[in-house]
Amino acid sequence: MGKRVGLEVSLAVSEAVKLARVDAIAAYPITPQTHIVEELAQMVADGDLDAEFIMVESEHSAMSACCGTAAVGARTYTATSSQGLALMHEMLFIASGLRLPIVMTIANRALSAPLSIWGDQSDVMAERDCGWVQLFAETGQEAFDLTLCTFKIAEDARVLTPAILNIDGFTLSHVVEPLELESQEDVDAFLPAYLPQVILDPGKPVTIGPVGFPEIYTEIKKQQDMALIGAYDVVLEVFDRFEKKFGRAYKPVESYKAEDAEILINIAGAVAGTARIAVDQMRGEGKKVGIIRPRLWRPYPFEDMRKAVKGAKAVAVVDRSLSFGGPGGPIASELRSCLYPLAEKPAVAGFIAGLGGRDITIEDFYTIVAEAEKVLDTGYTDEYKMIGVRE
Amino acid sequence: MADNKSVDFIPRLLPPRELLAEGHRGCQGCGEALALRQVFKVAGPNTIVCSATGCMEIVTSPYPETAWRIPWIHVAFENAAAVASGVESGIKILKKKGRYPHDGKINIIAIAGDGGTADIGLQALSGALERGHNFTYVCTDNEAYMNTGIQRSSATPYGASTTTSPKGKESIGQTTWKKNLPKIVAAHDIPYLATACPSYPLDLMNKTRKALDTEGPTYLHVLSPCPTGWRHNIDMAVEMGRLAVESGVFPLYEIEDGKLKMSMVMETRKPVADYMKPQGRFRHLKPEQIEEIQKRVDENYEALVRRDECEV
Amino acid sequence: MADKPTWKEYATAATIHEPGNATGQNTGDWRSERPVRKQELCDKCGICWIFCPDAAIFMNAEGYYEVDLYHCKGCGICVRECGKNAIEMVEEGE
Repeated sequence: MGKRVGLEVSLAVSEAVKLARVDAIAAYPITPQTHIVEELAQMVADGDLDAEFIMVESEHSAMSACCGTAAVGARTYTATSSQGLALMHEMLFIASGLRLPIVMTIANRALSAPLSIWGDQSDVMAERDCGWVQLFAETGQEAFDLTLCTFKIAEDARVLTPAILNIDGFTLSHVVEPLELESQEDVDAFLPAYLPQVILDPGKPVTIGPVGFPEIYTEIKKQQDMALIGAYDVVLEVFDRFEKKFGRAYKPVESYKAEDAEILINIAGAVAGTARIAVDQMRGEGKKVGIIRPRLWRPYPFEDMRKAVKGAKAVAVVDRSLSFGGPGGPIASELRSCLYPLAEKPAVAGFIAGLGGRDITIEDFYTIVAEAEKVLDTGYTDEYKMIGVRE
Repeated sequence: MADNKSVDFIPRLLPPRELLAEGHRGCQGCGEALALRQVFKVAGPNTIVCSATGCMEIVTSPYPETAWRIPWIHVAFENAAAVASGVESGIKILKKKGRYPHDGKINIIAIAGDGGTADIGLQALSGALERGHNFTYVCTDNEAYMNTGIQRSSATPYGASTTTSPKGKESIGQTTWKKNLPKIVAAHDIPYLATACPSYPLDLMNKTRKALDTEGPTYLHVLSPCPTGWRHNIDMAVEMGRLAVESGVFPLYEIEDGKLKMSMVMETRKPVADYMKPQGRFRHLKPEQIEEIQKRVDENYEALVRRDECEV
Repeated sequence: MADKPTWKEYATAATIHEPGNATGQNTGDWRSERPVRKQELCDKCGICWIFCPDAAIFMNAEGYYEVDLYHCKGCGICVRECGKNAIEMVEEGE
């Protein structure tokens, strides 16, 4: 049976990792992920978590060591943020190319320069192409629940792909929230031990990571792509099993007051919470607004998004990262891509907000909705708009 | 004809099994492949190899072929030691939980070239040594980034011409002295490290045995003559290794629990010119430059001998 | 090519499950010269065997060392290292 607690979300994540009976952790500390790994280190030191915690000397080595542990069949976990994720960049592609089901929490943080320890989504958005399953949590409960789900998704024999769970740095990682922690017994039933398909074993020698000549490289990438696309069905299955076991339902895209909405706010992560308050207020004022929040980011939930925007006149996408000199924020670009083939589609107005730890306020959401409405009247005037910048 | 008096052993007693199979794509006369072949004769089938990107990785794993008869993983260029750390820790915890299918001792061997060790791989090596993982790191040192076209590394010797430290009107070639990797490794206070050369197979194999049997991190630095990069005849790799040792350019020694022991001490050494002459990479050097190198080799060698005599 | 495997037919992540299948590669084709043994001079010391980078020398039933011509690349190390001059290089085609 679950236990209701008030817990810092980072510690809830550690608790989930512990309940998942992770075998091996290789991690390097970086703000704001530190509480997760410190708590895990304490759990190992106290004998509460029976795992090998490799105190690597950099994030690149963290992901490298994770490849090693996963390759021998250990349930493997790591966590990082920002610069650490950027340092791992090379390794992310290799981990997914080698089809090693490593699970990683990212406490999303802005990228240097200038140095920022505060939250935004630029770290993970720079890794969209790395071939990992990617999810976004909004609440502490989600952070706990999705951690458990992520192991199950990644390790599924049909997926065998590493997976990222994003939690907003500070905004989610460092807040204390009420949540339900599940029992070891129940988690064991939901998430049994990892059953690897292929491992390094002298009894059955394999060669992992050979040279892939042009004649085969495309086919291996196709394999990888198909596994990631196919992960969508596994995600649904896992969410379904989770609901049956623990009573909390999750969908790839979360809609809030979206069915009859004229203006939709598309946003990922914890700031959707603020958006919810703004939407409730605006609804109270008679505005037909709603929220669509991708919980699943990779594989991109194309059909869910197309369904979710049906009937809306405009979608105001709020990105907490920016592709400089490009089409603005990634969530906006990808939504546009997703909707492009539709004969009837809403306008998509892109907004950049909440960079480097700047709060996105309720007033900001009012501005964003107003700007989106303007687009309906006068058409697009910018590729994207930066909200709250002092000009 | 080679003088084999310094090699006094009976290869027939060695296990015939080849864990690095024939049919790999190494160059004709490759000293590195020879070194690894000897290492794995000792290691045996209960071994897992974590390889860095480099010559040996490329020539032994051209999909769909593999020359490896033992489990082998290649991840990236700079992280053989980090991957090996993961393999070691992963097996440790899985065995503890009763979930690893293979009983008994497993040798975990990280292999990397001088590039993947002295340069881009130095951080991962240092981290793995400091953490004390139970594994053996074998650096096959052919003294440049050979696989990508003979570019210099920090292990390239002074005066050698490589494609990124080419000899020229304004340049001697490599202008820095070879980075002393065994010294750096020794500074991590690991229980055992040694230098070795495939021209002295029994010595190399004994050292491999010792490294594998020692608990904790151990390190072998193996000189790997490269006909392609050193530009000597394809039948000369063993001879080059021999001359490297006999001239004192590559001294053979072990450091066990911090104490240095020379594997052989030569009262009179061959001149370094004898070692360098057959190699195209040194052919441009003038007598005074060779003199400079000779002086340095003598100083280094004599320092090692003194340390050996003092038993420290 | 008609019979190249489809993406479904490759092992996941291009992992190779046949250990040592490189033996199928005819590296002997690289040679321009090959080592020829003079058995009457061979003392079975095994030095040629331990110094072959390609493991292309093996001990036969009588204890002499033979060259595996399918794999021998013709580098000539065995010839140089043999203490008994019991091997010599011969041009391919002779």
